[in-house]
Amino acid sequence: MNAVSVNRLCKSYNGVKALDDVSFDVAKGELYGIIGPDGAGKTTLFRILTTLILPDKGTALVQSTDVVKDYSTIRSIIGYMPGKFSLYQDLTVEENLNFFATVFNTTVKENYHLIEDIYKHIEPFRTRRAGKLSGGMKQKLALSCALIHKPDVLFLDEPTTGVDPVSRKEFWEMLMKLKKQGITIIVSTPYMDEAKLCDRIALMQNGKFLRIDTPDNIVASYPYRLWAVRSSSMHILLDDLRSCQGITSSFSFGTCYHATMDETLTVEKLKRYLLDKGHHNIEINEISPTVEDCFMLLLKEDGV
Amino acid sequence: MTEEYVIIAENLTKKFGNFTAVDHITFSVRKGEIFGFLGANGAGKTTAMRMLCGLSHPSDGKGIVAGYDILHESEKVKQNIGYMSQKFSLYEDLKVWENLRLYGGIYGMKDKEISIKMDAVLRSIDMQSEKNTMVRDLPLGWKQKLAFTVSIFHNPKIVFLDEPTGGVDPITRRRFWEQIYSAAASGITVFVTTHYMDEAEYCDRVSIMVDGKIKALDSPQELRKKYSASGMDEVFQKLAREATRKGD
Amino acid sequence: MRQFIIFVRKEFFHIFRDVRTMLILLGMPVAQMLLFGFAITTEVRNTKVAVFDPSQSMETREIKERFQASEYFSINEEIHDISRINDVFKYGDIGLVLVFSDNFESDMLHGGEASVQLITDGTEPNQASMITGYATNILSQYQREVSGIDGIPFSIIPEIKMLYNPQAESAYNFVPGVMGMILMLICAMMTSIAIVREKENGTMEILLVSPMKPIYIILAKVTPYFALSVVNLITILLLSVFVLGVPVSGSLTLLFGVSLIFIFLALSLGILISNLVSTQVAAMLASGMGLMMPVMLLSGLMFPIESMPQILQWISAIVPARWYIEAVRKIMIQGVEAQYVMREIFILLFMALLLITLSLKKFKTRLS
Repeated sequence: MNAVSVNRLCKSYNGVKALDDVSFDVAKGELYGIIGPDGAGKTTLFRILTTLILPDKGTALVQSTDVVKDYSTIRSIIGYMPGKFSLYQDLTVEENLNFFATVFNTTVKENYHLIEDIYKHIEPFRTRRAGKLSGGMKQKLALSCALIHKPDVLFLDEPTTGVDPVSRKEFWEMLMKLKKQGITIIVSTPYMDEAKLCDRIALMQNGKFLRIDTPDNIVASYPYRLWAVRSSSMHILLDDLRSCQGITSSFSFGTCYHATMDETLTVEKLKRYLLDKGHHNIEINEISPTVEDCFMLLLKEDGV
Repeated sequence: MTEEYVIIAENLTKKFGNFTAVDHITFSVRKGEIFGFLGANGAGKTTAMRMLCGLSHPSDGKGIVAGYDILHESEKVKQNIGYMSQKFSLYEDLKVWENLRLYGGIYGMKDKEISIKMDAVLRSIDMQSEKNTMVRDLPLGWKQKLAFTVSIFHNPKIVFLDEPTGGVDPITRRRFWEQIYSAAASGITVFVTTHYMDEAEYCDRVSIMVDGKIKALDSPQELRKKYSASGMDEVFQKLAREATRKGD
Repeated sequence: MRQFIIFVRKEFFHIFRDVRTMLILLGMPVAQMLLFGFAITTEVRNTKVAVFDPSQSMETREIKERFQASEYFSINEEIHDISRINDVFKYGDIGLVLVFSDNFESDMLHGGEASVQLITDGTEPNQASMITGYATNILSQYQREVSGIDGIPFSIIPEIKMLYNPQAESAYNFVPGVMGMILMLICAMMTSIAIVREKENGTMEILLVSPMKPIYIILAKVTPYFALSVVNLITILLLSVFVLGVPVSGSLTLLFGVSLIFIFLALSLGILISNLVSTQVAAMLASGMGLMMPVMLLSGLMFPIESMPQILQWISAIVPARWYIEAVRKIMIQGVEAQYVMREIFILLFMALLLITLSLKKFKTRLS
């Protein structure tokens, strides 16, 4: 039995397709990532799965319960953390947690073991108003509130957007621990580097799922050889790469450029070409692609 | 070799009550440089940036931006900088040209100058055909492209970019950085904050703020060397993990 | 039930932690009462008088002189065309027009009965009744003195006519009016804003996804405002009785009963508004423009309903505050028994039921 089962879901707003025939399953206990930029349709999908809006077409089951017909059953078995920070800014940390515990028919004491790891980070500030917390702490509080009733399925809509890399890393460490406790987690994110931490990911763009698979399989299915190119003058290197015959794509990736080439070009030829252009310290190494490389390839095929 | 500095901060400090949000930071940014301003949430980035833009008075220290004192000449500072954030930049219910005209007007550009420049910039970002499109009808990536164009429309000496690429797809994100490069090449200094550590690598120099202080400031290459890290992400993790304060 | 109590407590936290809300909720009723109460002039001095005197007799001259001599009046002009009375009020700052009958002298001396019309501006009923009071005094004093000398029994009949407000409703009107306005504002505006704020903050998303029934969410949000409205009602009544000296002549229980119906009605309206809009600004505008304006202008608070154009009178019939203000006026000022306000009570009850049904029907268990 699947924790979530979605079949041909469609939703439009004023003729714009926010969700375009989306189908997927999430197994129990899985950490499932929905990766895509703003406007891809992630929030719409989450709102349908959490019974907040109705789909135009298609069905969705959460724990074998229909999100349209049995919405009140679903509401007691899921946890949801919306994208926007959604706690009461004028209530203290403790008051927020107690309030949400009560609303979900439970007490903080009863499920404290579940949130202990997360909550202990913010416990020293329990009398501080939520509005005065930093981004990372707000996010921990929101997660504690979403978890307090021991949900079977946890929906996290862009929990790490706008959060600094350190807090993001901590957050994912927390998710890993929750997964170990058997909670099914569906999380969306625009950060590609977080994808590799999921069991399976769906790459989403323009209301469609471009690809669903494990991060390893997605990376393994990258059809081309990928090269990391570096030289002493990085700024002009990109233009030179693009003007080189046989280079099929080139994108900046931190300290280097990721490039693919067709059969007319070899590493030797490229090196010579760049030397002629006046580059020094040229390094060209074959690397394995990242999820981001794969996503960009899919976007290109999709015509972005 | 004399270098022209367009941002000079000396012991810049901002206190809120007994809380020191920005704690005596000193740094300078060269003309035409792409300067990455990194830090964890709550490290004091936004506060520092607000002071440099002339929006907030420093409690102590001195700042010169575009040649003007941020305390006494904040109007002149504002005249010479551009600003773009992820949240607010364009009026969704105005057309593309109306947005450009509005910002040109705000910065005191002449009508004729505006219309000449408008055609040029729209051509450069390949959006001539969208001149009469309502901004809300543009795809996200285009909006972002336009927002950046608007922020440098009046030829500022410096442009401040506050997390300009949050939530944008990877291809658009990279195209945006190409736009940043060409702006820098034309002599505009770029001061940028980001949470994407790969973008930190694209900066000429990077500063990392921890607990209101600048803990590291150098080119990405030097920082990587110094902290024996493979990428800026690692450098950042090493430095920011030391943070003791979390609130802001 | 525990959920409900915790929710209500949370709602009180919101209110008590926001100084602005607190000020509006508790300060406004007091400010309004005092403003209305003291802005109304009760002093009458040197009221300008216009006279229409077709007979120009010795008697009328004598009366005019007495008016002139009084500290309360000064004769400002004589009018010769009876149709100009309206203009005199509109363009002059005339407070009283004396209209002597055509044959005032002979009526008085031979008929034993003479009439004089006292016309005042009824838009300020309090002042108008003071003016007519003083004027009647002058007339009766004259009558006593003249009949004392001549020994002819006669009487001058002052005919009082209030232009623009024929019923001469008491200035105490403002107390029921302010009650209607305050309760409407606090219940409808504040509840709709409080509910919509949860939508805006995104907390409504989490609440809807929780097992708590949406109807309880709404009830819990409304309860604190209900309580505060009752507090306000008591404050207004205390101020009215002890500071402004406007007593409650009728049954206090009846007054509270009617007020509770009205509060219930206003709360339903607030819920309805919160269902229709999605931002706090929109809620504020909807309740401000949609509720406040009609209450101010059409409920009889500022302008007497009787002197409105017919079409506005019809419109005022669907303004709930009109019926509430009318009922309170009857109970509080006129001190009538329950059976005389039955009509108002039934209308209010009907409106309340209609609104609560409508707002519960409109209430969404989802976001859109």
